[in-house]
Amino acid sequence: MTPTRLHIFRVISISTICVLLLASLALSQDEATPTTNLSTEIDTVIIEVAAPTSLIATDHKYDNGERINLQWVPSIDDLPGISTVVGYRIYRQDDGGAAEAIADLPAKANHYRDENTELGHTYIYSVAALTDGAEFVSNPTESISPEREWIDFSKRYLFLIALIVGGAVIYFIEIARRGKKLFVRKIAGLEAVDDAVGRATEMGRPILFIPGIQDMDDVQTLAGLTILGRISKTIADYDTEIFMPVSRSLVMTAGREIIKSSYQTAGRPDKYSDDMVTYITDEQFGYVAAVDGIMVREKPATIFLLGAFFAESLILAETGNYIGAIQIAGTARPAQLPFFIAACDFTLIGEELFAASAYLSGEPKQLGSLKGQDVGKAIAMVILVIGALATTIGTAWNIASMNSLVDILKTIFSTS
Amino acid sequence: MEHFAIWIAAFLTLGIVSFLYKDNAWYKLCEAIFVGISAGYWFVVLFWDNLHGKFWMGKGEDPMLYVGAILGILMLMRLIPKIGWISRWPLAFIVGATAGFYLINYFSSDVMSQVGSTVMPFFSTGYGSGVNASLYDIIGNIVVAVGTFTGLVYFYFSKEHKGAFGATAKVGIFFLMVTFGASFGYTVMSRMSLLIGRVDFLFGDFLGMIVQ
Repeated sequence: MTPTRLHIFRVISISTICVLLLASLALSQDEATPTTNLSTEIDTVIIEVAAPTSLIATDHKYDNGERINLQWVPSIDDLPGISTVVGYRIYRQDDGGAAEAIADLPAKANHYRDENTELGHTYIYSVAALTDGAEFVSNPTESISPEREWIDFSKRYLFLIALIVGGAVIYFIEIARRGKKLFVRKIAGLEAVDDAVGRATEMGRPILFIPGIQDMDDVQTLAGLTILGRISKTIADYDTEIFMPVSRSLVMTAGREIIKSSYQTAGRPDKYSDDMVTYITDEQFGYVAAVDGIMVREKPATIFLLGAFFAESLILAETGNYIGAIQIAGTARPAQLPFFIAACDFTLIGEELFAASAYLSGEPKQLGSLKGQDVGKAIAMVILVIGALATTIGTAWNIASMNSLVDILKTIFSTS
Repeated sequence: MEHFAIWIAAFLTLGIVSFLYKDNAWYKLCEAIFVGISAGYWFVVLFWDNLHGKFWMGKGEDPMLYVGAILGILMLMRLIPKIGWISRWPLAFIVGATAGFYLINYFSSDVMSQVGSTVMPFFSTGYGSGVNASLYDIIGNIVVAVGTFTGLVYFYFSKEHKGAFGATAKVGIFFLMVTFGASFGYTVMSRMSLLIGRVDFLFGDFLGMIVQ
């Protein structure tokens, strides 16, 4: 081989080796890409977890047949801190239909209440443990139908105590009917009612009665209207003028009926006029603007604010105070009572408003009801003292009998 | 249009506020506008929400709605003097049903729940937790128990407030007044925020003196 040929051979050989090397390098790079893809697939591979177990469906007690309770043991892979379970999904089959997801719950959940069941339907439930991208479903429950219970026995103690108080009310009504005088302590604000009406009569000015801004479905409005019955009778007797602006149409109707009845009882039906009770507006502050205007223009000598009041209480009471009217207020709303106490001459606090009608009328039914409620309060006071002492002693010295007594009381007075 | 609305709102706001000086024609105008518009507004709302929205749209699904409709028609009997007395029936129904419905609610929340929550140990943070209360907790527990008991004594109407019973009732009214005082301050502060809202509107939106 000549040197020239040898050189050419070497060049070709080296070039071939280089090409082969480059080719192998390129091939190795081509092969590396699938390797990377494989590792990605390994990252997203589905990790299996155990499904929830021991799933039980039970009818919710004491309801109208619209609830079913579910309870299960969470997945054993639902561990604190390192859990791969991200939550649970509840599936329901309605009357043998397809399973539908009805709720998603967080990890660690072990119960659920289905509140959308219907009487007569049959349901089968299952619970799935959720991971990122997969579900592991439990065994389904037995088929179950919700049931309706006609009596809510969870309220048996409430019923028992209501029965005792109700019995006391009936007892005292009967006692009052037989003519026995029932004692009710003086309520300062009510002692002033006749004086307040008399003052308006002497001054020749009207009386303004404001029954609050709530409708007839509020007991405070009812209490206020009951007192109106007594007040309007006195007003009819004294032949004084009464004006009652209202913010609810039903209250207007009831107010007219009450005042009309009082004027008839007083023997002065001709003096009654529907204009005594006027609807203003349902809007809270529109009503206030109108009543404030009435106050400063008509200048009533006496103002009664008896019923349910909200933010308007201070505006009304302060305007009444400004025009120099004697004011008797009453409400059971704790947030508004301070304003009445500050701006009115007499204030019926909370239950005094409800007791007022009985006190004013002296009727056996109302007096008996008031006395019966006092029996309830007496029971509450005794239980408070016994319960507070028993739980204090029982907790401090761990006395079993005291703790048992407290447990009984807690059970009776539990409202949950 | 927006500027016009702001001018109207400012005119009405100042008109209502002018009552603080004395009753005047401007206030009377604003009062009449307020009452008239709000009465009309509520009529429309109640018509579309109740008569149309609840009864007319839902009458096929819930037959009980007809009971409400019949009671409503009975209420309108007042417009016919000869049979106006029929309107007392729906009123009696509403009053009776309301009293019965709320009896259980109030009895459960205001009596049972209140008594159950007040039965608690003085020297513990909770029932069965041992003697672990701080002085602050102990005072709090005693205040709750004594306040509830003496408050009940105050509202007991079958005995004259004399002697030891009267003294206990006075403690009860003391607790009530302290509560009302705290409530007064709290509510006044919330009213102040309403006032600030209107002043902010007048000086900001209306006069442009407050840069938002």
